Amino acid sequence: MFEVLQNDTLAPNVHRLVIRAPRIAKARKSGQFVIVHPEQGGERIPLTIADADPQAGTITLFVQAVGPSTLQIVGTPAGGSLQDIAGPLGKETEIERWGRVACVGGGVGTAVLYPLARALADADNEVTTIIGGRAKPFIILADELAEFSREVLITTEDGSLGRQGFVTNALQELIDDPERCPQAIFAVGPVPMMRAVCELSRPYGIKTIVSLNPIMIDGTGMCGGCRVKIGNETKFACVDGPEFDGHQVDFALLVDRLTMYREQEAKLIGELPPELQKKIIKVKK
Amino acid sequence: MKKNLSHKEIMAIKRVKMPEQDAQERSRNFKEVNLGLSKEQAIREAQRCLQCKSQPCVDGCPVRVRIPEFIEALAEGDLPEAAHILLADNTLPAVCGRVCPQEDQCEIRCVRGAKSGPVAIGYLERFVADWAMEHPEELPTGSTPQASGKSVAVVGSGPAGLTMAGELAHMGHSVTIFEALHDTGGVLRYGIPEFRLPKRIVDLEVTRLQNLGVTIECNIIVGKTMTLEELSEQFDAVFIGNGAGLPVMLDLDGENLKGVYSANEYLTRVNLMGAWRSDFPTPIIHGRQVAVIGGGNTAMDAVRTARRLGAERAIILYRRSEAEMPARIEEIIHAKEEGIEFILLAAPLEILGDEQGWVTGLRCQKMELGEPDASGRRRPVPIAGATFELEVDVVVNAIGTRANPLLTATAPNLKLSRKGNIETDSTGATNLPGVFAGGDIVRGGATVILAMGDGKNAAAAIDAYLNKGA
Ligand SMILES: Cc1cc2nc3c(=O)[nH]c(=O)nc-3n(C[C@H](O)[C@H](O)[C@H](O)COP(=O)(O)OP(=O)(O)OC[C@H]3O[C@@H](n4cnc5c(N)ncnc54)[C@H](O)[C@@H]3O)c2cc1C
Ligand SMILES: Cc1cc2nc3c(=O)[nH]c(=O)nc-3n(C[C@H](O)[C@H](O)[C@H](O)COP(=O)(O)OP(=O)(O)OC[C@H]3O[C@@H](n4cnc5c(N)ncnc54)[C@H](O)[C@@H]3O)c2cc1C
Ligand code: SF4
Ligand code: SF4
Ligand code: FES
Repeated sequence: MFEVLQNDTLAPNVHRLVIRAPRIAKARKSGQFVIVHPEQGGERIPLTIADADPQAGTITLFVQAVGPSTLQIVGTPAGGSLQDIAGPLGKETEIERWGRVACVGGGVGTAVLYPLARALADADNEVTTIIGGRAKPFIILADELAEFSREVLITTEDGSLGRQGFVTNALQELIDDPERCPQAIFAVGPVPMMRAVCELSRPYGIKTIVSLNPIMIDGTGMCGGCRVKIGNETKFACVDGPEFDGHQVDFALLVDRLTMYREQEAKLIGELPPELQKKIIKVKK
Repeated sequence: MKKNLSHKEIMAIKRVKMPEQDAQERSRNFKEVNLGLSKEQAIREAQRCLQCKSQPCVDGCPVRVRIPEFIEALAEGDLPEAAHILLADNTLPAVCGRVCPQEDQCEIRCVRGAKSGPVAIGYLERFVADWAMEHPEELPTGSTPQASGKSVAVVGSGPAGLTMAGELAHMGHSVTIFEALHDTGGVLRYGIPEFRLPKRIVDLEVTRLQNLGVTIECNIIVGKTMTLEELSEQFDAVFIGNGAGLPVMLDLDGENLKGVYSANEYLTRVNLMGAWRSDFPTPIIHGRQVAVIGGGNTAMDAVRTARRLGAERAIILYRRSEAEMPARIEEIIHAKEEGIEFILLAAPLEILGDEQGWVTGLRCQKMELGEPDASGRRRPVPIAGATFELEVDVVVNAIGTRANPLLTATAPNLKLSRKGNIETDSTGATNLPGVFAGGDIVRGGATVILAMGDGKNAAAAIDAYLNKGA
């Protein structure tokens, strides 16, 4: 059993959970994730380790409720516990000194981006952060990111905070400005966002790294369910990733495979009580 | 009882038939297929044993179960004694009695085989083991061993690791099993389905180990959560039994279509994650027409699972003929009875899909058998121009597994074979002091009882190693 020590709501249905997991906290490197199995008989859900405190023996997860399992995880109060957490899994981020780096986050992806951006800044990169969301309440961690970013650009679809539009609009401006044009881009968020960022940066040949979120079970290379296509090769995202060169990613396949259980998921969500159904964020694919 | 039987009478007893669930009915449920012998049936079958002096059957068993001895006790109706003998040699008899390829191991050596069929050693083992589980109070309680003060880490809770833990605990060593998944048993849990090995049995075996004082820590991926080096520092010895759990992909066009699974994923969703139960949230695609590629136990388990999940047509596609199939004969017979179709001498060329990315079919190549290959089986060769298409909506790849490099990648000094399996000497010792290994990680995909034999063997070597150090 893994005790939840803290559970804060950051945005509608995006929660920050601090959990006691001393071994994972000690072993964890930036970019890695855990698999959370909230209760006996539940699903195994991959979640990025946003932060870890080896001294305190805790890890921090940011979780967005998009279905029954994530809803159950965010619904675990401080003092409650999660049955199983396994990790850290996946490769660690290769932090290089690129020079100017743009970090682009969308939705809960911003949370995943946060430790990455900080590690890049710590490695003497000049970090510009772009975060986007549907509307103001969905913009998270802007202040925390500002602490080490040269600037934080915010876009919202309805214009309720920052600039109206998408993260790609802000990124385009950055690229167009010779003084600020990044040497590398890190993008984490909904698949359509990562895809759009990659399409935008491709003609400029700017290295673009994305963090992929296919459906997983074990997270250890055992099932092959998380396979993604990178260039001409099939890779297992849980052991070969989750971060990949975005210009090589077959996004169409990723989007497609994420819909594999759409019917079953819809049915399960349909069986939830209406007040819980309302709590689930519709994610764009 | 037996004493009263003449040789002629003994020879006249026919081999028992295992009572089974009706094929039609069982092909739609996940309840156990074999129902087990009654006490009368078991005793009568035990009476068939001739108590051969040379004990050829024992030579066929990788852990050398004292077969005639336990059968004799059973024939005399002394179940506690039969159980006592069996459990001393085999830590997981209820498992082996169900899944061992007896027909190739102990039973094939039985002298009664030629004329009237071998003594049903596997069925008897199962009977005695099940009886023992239901009557723990009638078993002699072994004396608690003297604590040795030594500690051993066991990586993986499959049959190799469980056997190792049981042996070491009996020797008085303090044992901790580290398991990557959230539940124990390895392939016994996530691979072999409920209808062949009820998970209740795995649970009972694991509880028995815990009662012996073995600590089990799930969710520890050695190589990620902890390294082999850390284990070596914290424990006096380490045993690696992490299996061969990496799926070999088909490497065909269409392999990433929705509805294409590795057998590992398909069986894990069903067995470990409970996708067959309506009260579990794990989804799975219930194909109407399912093709499983391969001819081993894994393929049989997957195809029979597909049938139970409602497939109207559940097909085995195998590139050689039935004679070369590595699956147990009993599983092949059961599969046929359950309406599984066998398309033999055929290999997949391409997986076909629709515009939405779902599988719609398989394009296959017809094969014929040529010269024997390295494995001694006749090599399948394509018949030029002979291809055909099958309409399917789920494809399961059961062509095999390899060693998972997660652990070994973080232990650069550990000696591996070219295929990535751990190399050991005959005692199970690796090239690193105090580090032993066994089971599928050493052998490649093998059997439960071979993995257990490795565990037992290496336990003796570890005990010797620990005592030498003392
Ligand atoms: C490496 C990795 C890191 C991730 N990190 C985070 C994170 O830090 N915070 C966060 O909120 N989410 C993260 N996710 C996504 C998260 O795992 C899914 O949102 C979650 O599994 C959905 O489960 P559910 O039962 O609540 O929803 P469901 O009802 O099952 O599904 C809702 C949606 O999630 C998708 N989905 C379902 N199962 C999975 C799965 N196992 N993996 C990925 N997507 C799935 C479905 O396609 C659907 O679009 C990560 C995913 C991966 C692979
Ligand atoms: C579907 C299927 C059906 C089979 N049917 C039969 C049969 O009928 N009869 C028969 O004799 N054999 C059968 N086999 C083969 C048999 O199950 C295996 O040979 C046997 O289980 C091997 O045992 P093992 O202990 O070496 O490994 P496994 O059973 O594979 O157990 C290894 C364990 O280690 C864990 N692990 C892996 N990596 C790590 C890590 N890094 N850290 C911690 N833990 C880790 C795994 O999660 C797993 O629990 C079958 C196999 C399959 C897949
Ligand atoms: S363990 Fe397997 S091989 Fe040995 S006697 Fe039992 S069934 Fe036969
Ligand atoms: S070979 Fe057959 S008959 Fe002889 S002892 Fe073994 S089981 Fe009995
Ligand atoms: S999640 Fe099973 S192989 Fe990646």
